[in-house]
Order: sequence, then structure tokens, then C-alpha cells
Amino acid sequence: MTPTQTVPGGARELISFRVNAQEFCVDIMAVREIRGWTAATAVPQSPAFVRGVINLRGAVLPIVDLAARLGFESAEASDRHVIIVAQIGAQTVGLLVDAVSDILTVTDDVIQPTPDVASDTARTFVRGLLAIEGRMISLISLDRVLPSLELEAA
Amino acid sequence: MTMTVLTVDDSRTMREMLRLALAGEGYRVVQAEDGVHGLEVLANEDPTVIVTDINMPRMDGFAFIEEVRSDPRHRATPILVLTTESDAEKKARARMAGATGWIVKPFNPAKLVDAIRRVAA
Amino acid sequence: MDPLAAIRETFFQECEEQLAELEAGLLAMEEGDTDPETINAVFRAVHSIKGGAGAFSLEALIRFAHVFETAMDEMRSGRLAPSPDVLKTLLRAADVLADLVRAAHDGDPSDDARSAALVDELKALSPDAEDGEGGEEDWGDFEFTPVGAPDAAAPAGSGWRIAFKPRADLYAKANEAALVLRELGRLGEITVTLDAGALPLLPDLDPEAAYLAWTIDLAADVAETAVREVFEYVDGDCELDIRPLAAAGEPDSSEATPEAFAAAPTFDVAALIASVQSTAGGAASPDLPAQSPSADPSPTTPARKTEQAPAAAAAAGATIRVDLERVDRLIDLVGELVINQAMLSQRVMEAGFARASNVAMGLDELEQLTREIQDSVMAIRAQPVKSVFQRMPRLVREVAAMTGKPVRLITEGEGTEVDKTVIERLADPLTHMIRNAIDHGLESPEARAAAGKSAEGTVRLTAAHRSGRIVIEVADDGGGINRARVKAIAVERGLIAAEATLSDEEVDSLIFMPGFSTASEVSDISGRGVGMDVVRRSIQSLGGRISIASRPGLGSTFTMSLPLTLAVLDGMVVSVAGQTLVAPITAIVETLQPKPGDVHGLGGDARVIAIRDTYTPLIDVGLALGYRAESLPAGQGVALLIEGEGGARAAILVDAIQGQRQVVIKSLEANYGQVPGVAAATILGDGRVALILDIDTIVAVSRGADSTRAEKRKAAAG
Repeated sequence: MTPTQTVPGGARELISFRVNAQEFCVDIMAVREIRGWTAATAVPQSPAFVRGVINLRGAVLPIVDLAARLGFESAEASDRHVIIVAQIGAQTVGLLVDAVSDILTVTDDVIQPTPDVASDTARTFVRGLLAIEGRMISLISLDRVLPSLELEAA
Repeated sequence: MTMTVLTVDDSRTMREMLRLALAGEGYRVVQAEDGVHGLEVLANEDPTVIVTDINMPRMDGFAFIEEVRSDPRHRATPILVLTTESDAEKKARARMAGATGWIVKPFNPAKLVDAIRRVAA
Repeated sequence: MDPLAAIRETFFQECEEQLAELEAGLLAMEEGDTDPETINAVFRAVHSIKGGAGAFSLEALIRFAHVFETAMDEMRSGRLAPSPDVLKTLLRAADVLADLVRAAHDGDPSDDARSAALVDELKALSPDAEDGEGGEEDWGDFEFTPVGAPDAAAPAGSGWRIAFKPRADLYAKANEAALVLRELGRLGEITVTLDAGALPLLPDLDPEAAYLAWTIDLAADVAETAVREVFEYVDGDCELDIRPLAAAGEPDSSEATPEAFAAAPTFDVAALIASVQSTAGGAASPDLPAQSPSADPSPTTPARKTEQAPAAAAAAGATIRVDLERVDRLIDLVGELVINQAMLSQRVMEAGFARASNVAMGLDELEQLTREIQDSVMAIRAQPVKSVFQRMPRLVREVAAMTGKPVRLITEGEGTEVDKTVIERLADPLTHMIRNAIDHGLESPEARAAAGKSAEGTVRLTAAHRSGRIVIEVADDGGGINRARVKAIAVERGLIAAEATLSDEEVDSLIFMPGFSTASEVSDISGRGVGMDVVRRSIQSLGGRISIASRPGLGSTFTMSLPLTLAVLDGMVVSVAGQTLVAPITAIVETLQPKPGDVHGLGGDARVIAIRDTYTPLIDVGLALGYRAESLPAGQGVALLIEGEGGARAAILVDAIQGQRQVVIKSLEANYGQVPGVAAATILGDGRVALILDIDTIVAVSRGADSTRAEKRKAAAG
């Protein structure tokens, strides 16, 4: 099992969002902005979860369909969808999600380790679980959502 | 009133060292790349002290000092010669040209500020 | 960034400039330049490197630079003649110095054996030069601050009596008696007595003369050297007598005694004394108001200084240094502006404004202005190719030494400007081409002699602007391409069919083909296993082209043509399977609409198109990029005829051409990664991203995927 990442000391803020009726969250420090869906330009020979690239104020931003990336059925993107613009290392990436739900302030001790499950997706992306008001929210790590990093890892 | 120091040196590294050492002590620093440039700067500046290198292209330190000394506006401006050459001949030539004092490179900031204090009112 | 680290970077940057200057100077001297200023410039370059190295305690560099400097000093003073042998040694010393600079920069260990050998050679050049051990005495006291420091050898005493009488010279050099007294005050408590006895009456007073003398009692237990140090700058411009206070005992009637104080004439010296005493012992501060008792010939106010500061900056020279990041940011922003302007134009057109309307005309002017701003901004980042050309003489020396072929390098057009981003990526291909020219192009001295040529081969490196591009040529006067051998190798490696008939140009171009490199091609010199195909690829990745022209017995010329910038590109906007793509115009020779009868299947998916009786491979872009599974039916779409590797052509098929326009190149790699067949991205007038095609890759991949490659080559060549 992948060891859970913990940041020493204090509370941190997480941004939670819905993908395929499940709730996920990422560290708010990684999030640059949130914007509405705009049509993307298809990129040849890209993995199915890459929706293409869009223009983000002059920069070319790849859009990762998080549903497809997390192993769900990918939905037809529409105006209702949201793009979370995240900084992953030196790269800026757009994450296509269904909706942004909340900003959570939590301390590390409420993040439970991921139970040992068989799912590759869980092992690749999920870094811990939170129980907030009866909802289960998966804390995901973004460092492997990119195809280039995925290729290196393979 | 902030004191202004004019530094004349063809080495950007040295100019930056000087600027760092002097700006940290609260001096305003204006820079020139050689004697000719130094004289151009002096047309519009009235520094409290001039710090100049000797071996420079276009116009060397000796000629520069002589030019400054012959200019009524700057003849009383202290000029410190900055040079790696610590030999007596260079010093003597600089003095004959009208240098007020000298700083032997490599200097440390304390030495530099000390030398300026010694000649600047 | 830590300011000292920043200066360190500046130092290394400057070292590179100085090394270039050093080499240029030595090369000029080799060509017979005897201008003393050239020698002095070389001396100065070494001297500056030594100076900076001293500040950063880079010992190996200091030591070597010192020996080098000593040799240059000998030459400067005429004791060492710049003979060809001496200059060769100095050039090699310059190479070692360059290596030491780079080693110091990267923190790598330096090649001590190599530099030690040259130190010996340099010392042998100037055996009579008085020289300490690597100049330790110059540099060892870097941290030592002697001023005012107590001296261990101080004779214990209760203080010093100092008699100090400035001469006019002291004031002429802008020294100040008052400041000397203030310095003394820093050593300890002082009692100052003024002797104004020599002062004449006002009408006789010469403002330039010196009349005053002081006797100072310093009650401090300091060494005499510390006291003398205070008078360091004025020594020789004053009468000075320093003796222990105890020994001085009762004030004697020496010349320093204020004997005629009472006879002080008719003006008030009290103010002067007060001024001296208030400054004595006062802490130095740059904010201290000027207190010089001497008359300032041009009193200035702070206000005037502030006003004049910008003027001074403007007068400070015709060039300024700007952080590259700022320029890059500006170029990005102008790129945005161009895109925005295009979007605006498109929307205005969509809104149905007439071409002649005020709005449309205003937009045309805006477009014109935007274009001009873009050109001007791009010009900021343009640099002469000199910075790359400068690295070549050393390379030539090294390769010449390794191959045993004497070579003369001639460079022209060093001032030709091109975008910095292009320059940075020019060095590698150029290095390889020059190595290649010497290693393969030039014959051995014996062979040259046999052919009636001078033993010394010539490599000519030139740069020039030609129709909006930069053209760089590397020409040698060697034997030219051995076409029979090249063809034999190509057949042997399966690159062409044995019976293929190729023109001379086509044979010459074979050396650019992947897989051509011969055993000797990957010799130590020409290149770490790198063939000309890699050179061609790296030039193509810059949007450039390379070709070769060769004449048997006379030599070969490699010509590369590159865009002036990597920031913008002239593109043909095309549609493919519902996608909008951009094809670089430089790659396109012509466009044509194929008739159904022109397109022929060639087994599998491969198709060729007949263009004026020549069969050329036809590649469907939509298929190649995976936008569709089936080729466009024959007779549909538009074919773009592409000039590939020297004469060999291909045609790529798109659905339709939308138009031509200049596009701003955006990186796809920065946030995503490399995509085969895609060179970069851009943003079009509608605000959407469009991909820029990497046509060579598309062609190469289509070829590689094809099993009937040999046949196709035959078809192409036939």
C-alpha cells in the first residue's frame, strides 16, 4: 500500500468536488482557479482521459477528464461542468469535474488512511479518506493525473 | 541628504560588488563603465565621492582623474582609485594625477566604506 | 536571489564576455594586429577575470590568471614579442582559462595537470618577470582590515604627538585636513591645537595655498603604524612628524608649536576649529551633511540632484541591460495582443460591419500597429550571432590538432541578428557541421599538396539575412562529397535501391538520411555517434532547412536557413476532420487540388499522387494524426506539396485551406508533453487552441510505417 502523505502540523484547506456522484478533494494550495467549461481542441494520440487543450489567457492548458481518469464513465462535457485549474509541479492542468461543492478546513488527524482495496485507481490517486457530515470524501493526489508523468511511471 | 558615489569600472562584476557594498550602507550609487562614460555621468551628477578603476578601455583611470581635476565643478570631489595593483608606481601615478586615496582590490565592504568615510565629509 | 550569488552569476557572465574578448584579441594578434590597445584589451580581460576571481576566492582561477596576466604584462611592456609560437601558447592558455572559469562556475574539479603544464609554459615566456608565488601576496589578505586595528608590535605608550602641516597639493587632491583629524579622533581622544601663524591677511590670501598647521595629541595606546595609516592618503603632501607623547614631553619649541597663535590675523578661525572638533570622533554616516570647511566651488542642492538623475541615466550610454525574463514577458504579452486583436477583428466581421466602415478601418490600423509593436519587441531579443560564432575558433583549433590538419577559420557576418532563442539552439548543429567540415570535408595536408592546394585548409562560416530568414553557411575547400562512396553506402544500408538513378544533388542529400552515418562518421571528432540526420532534425525543429552543395575537388557548402524568431510563424490554416490546424508555410512548396485520377493506391494504405508525371507519396493528415479512420476519398481535399530532405518530396492531404496568417507559437510541452506530428500550438482569432503540424515527423512516421519503403523511394526517384 502506498503510504499516506501527511503534512506536519496544523490545519489545511481542501477543495471538494463531485465526479460521478462521488466526492473528492484536493489541497487548495494546488488550485489556481475555477472556470466554466469551454470547448477543447483535440490532441492526437492522447489517452482517452485527455479532453484536449484550451486557451487559458494565452497558455495552452490540457484538460483531464477526471471521471475518465478515475475509472468512471466519462460524461459529455457541458456548460454545467467545471474546470479546476491546478498546478502540478511545473505544469498547469485543467481538471474537468461535475461541480465544486465545498472548501473544507481539516487537520491531518481527521484524514484516515486509505483502506487496502484492490482498485488500481484508489491506489494510484487516493491519499486518504475524510468523513464530513456523513459524507465520504476521498483526498486525491494530483501528481499522477498527467499522461506524461503516467508514461514515465509506466 | 544621501551621499552619492560614482563608481567607474569596466567590470560589471566589480560595479555590482561596489553597488552592493555601498547601497547597503545607504549610499546612492551611480555607475560608469570607463573614463569617458564617467565624464558623461559627471555632466549631470555631482557625487560626494568618485571611486574609479585604473585600467579601463577608451579612457583609463589616470586620464579620467586628470580630467575631473581640471573641471572646476569637480576638482574638489574626492577620488578613490580602485585597483588590484597595489604597487607603488600605480599609486604614485594616481596621486600625481590627483587621486585622493586608493583601495586595493579585492576589497571587502568594510574596507571600502572605511576608505570613503576617510575622504568624504 | 541572494545578492552575492547574483553578483557571482554576473561575474561568470562577464567572464564569458571577457574570454570572448581575450580570444578575439589573441586571434587578431595572430593575424598581425599590433595595436597596443589590442594587447591591452587582452591584458585587461585576464586582469578582470583575476580581479573578480579574487573577490570570490576562486583560488585555481586566481593563480592561473595571475601567471597569464604576468605574461600579458610582459608583452604589454614590449619585453615579450607576440611571435606565432607565443600566441599559440597564449591561445591555449585562453582555452585553459575558459575551462577554469567553467569549472569554477559549475563547482567542478579543474584539470590541474593541464593548467600546471601551461603555467610552466607561460612562466617560460616571461622568465625575467618578477613574480611572487601565484600572487599570493596580492590576495591572501582579503579579509584583513588593517585600518584602525591594534598592532601586536605596538610600543606601549600613552599616546602620540603629531605635527601635521598640509601642503597645497593635499587640498588639490581633494583631501581635507579636517577629515584627517576626524580619522585620528577615531583612534582615541585627541587634543587639537591650530597653528594659523602662516595665514596672511585677507588681500594676500591665495585660496589655493595651504597656510594652516596642527599639532595633535592623541591619547591612545595604538601602534605608530595605525597613526601613519591615517595619513596614508596625504603622505608626501604634508609635513608630518609623529613621536610618542611621553618622549615629546614638555611642548618644545619645534616648528609644530603654536607659537604665533596670538598673532592670528583678522578673521575668525573659531568656527573652523569648532567644525574640526565637532567632526572629530563623530561617527561616519552617509547621511551626515557636508561639513567640509573648504569652499565648495559648486554648491548643489539635493533637489537639483534628484531632478538630474533621470537625465544622467539617459546619458549613461546607448544600451541598457534588461533582465531577459522581462523581455520574455513583454513578448508573451504582445503575443496576447496579436491574438486579441485577431479575435476582435473576427468578431467585428461576424457582426457584419462593412470593410469600409470606420470600425473596420480603425481595426486595420490597430492591426498595423500591433504588427509593428510585435516586430519592435522581437527586435529587442535579437542578438548578433557573434556569441555562437565566437565559440568556433577554439573548436577549430581542437579539431585541427586532433586530425593533424592545419585549418584556417574565416567568419563573416558575425553581426547578423537573430532571436536569442534561435541563437541558443544554433551552437550544437553548428559545432557538428564545423567538426564535419574539418574531419570529412578537408583532405589531409599531403592529399591537398598532391591536388595542388595549400596545406592549410579553409573553413568559412558566414551568416546573412535573406528574405526574412537567417542563412548560415559552413563551407570548406576540401575534396567535396565522394558521390560514388556515398551511394554505395546508401545501397548497402538499404536506404536506396541499387539500381536507383539519382541526381548529384540527391546523392549529396543522402548524407542527411537517418541511418546513413558510416563508421568513420562516428569517429571521435565528428561526433559522439551523431550523424548529419540529427543535425538536420535539430535544424528542422527550429523551423529551418539545411542543404548541401558540393563540387568535386573544390569543397562542400552546407547552407542552413532559419526563421529569425521562434515566437511567431507564418502559417497556413487548414481544416482536417473538423479540426483547425496550422501548417508552417516555409515547409510548403505549393498547394493543389488533386483530381481523382491523380491519386493511386500503392498497396495497403499507401497512396501516391501524380504531380507533373512524378509520383509523390500522399499522406492524409487526418489519418496520420488519428482524427479519422479512413482516408478522404480520392479527389477530395487539398494537397500541400512539401519539400522534404533535399529534393525528396511528399504531399500531405487536408480537407480545406482556411487562409494564411502569422501565428504566435505556444508551447504544448510546457503543460502537457510532446505529441508526435505536432510541433507546437497557437491560439486563433476565435480564442481556441489550434495545433501546429510537425510536417517532417508526419512524413517520416508515415514512411516508417510503410513496409514498401524501398519501392516508394524508387518511385520517388524515378
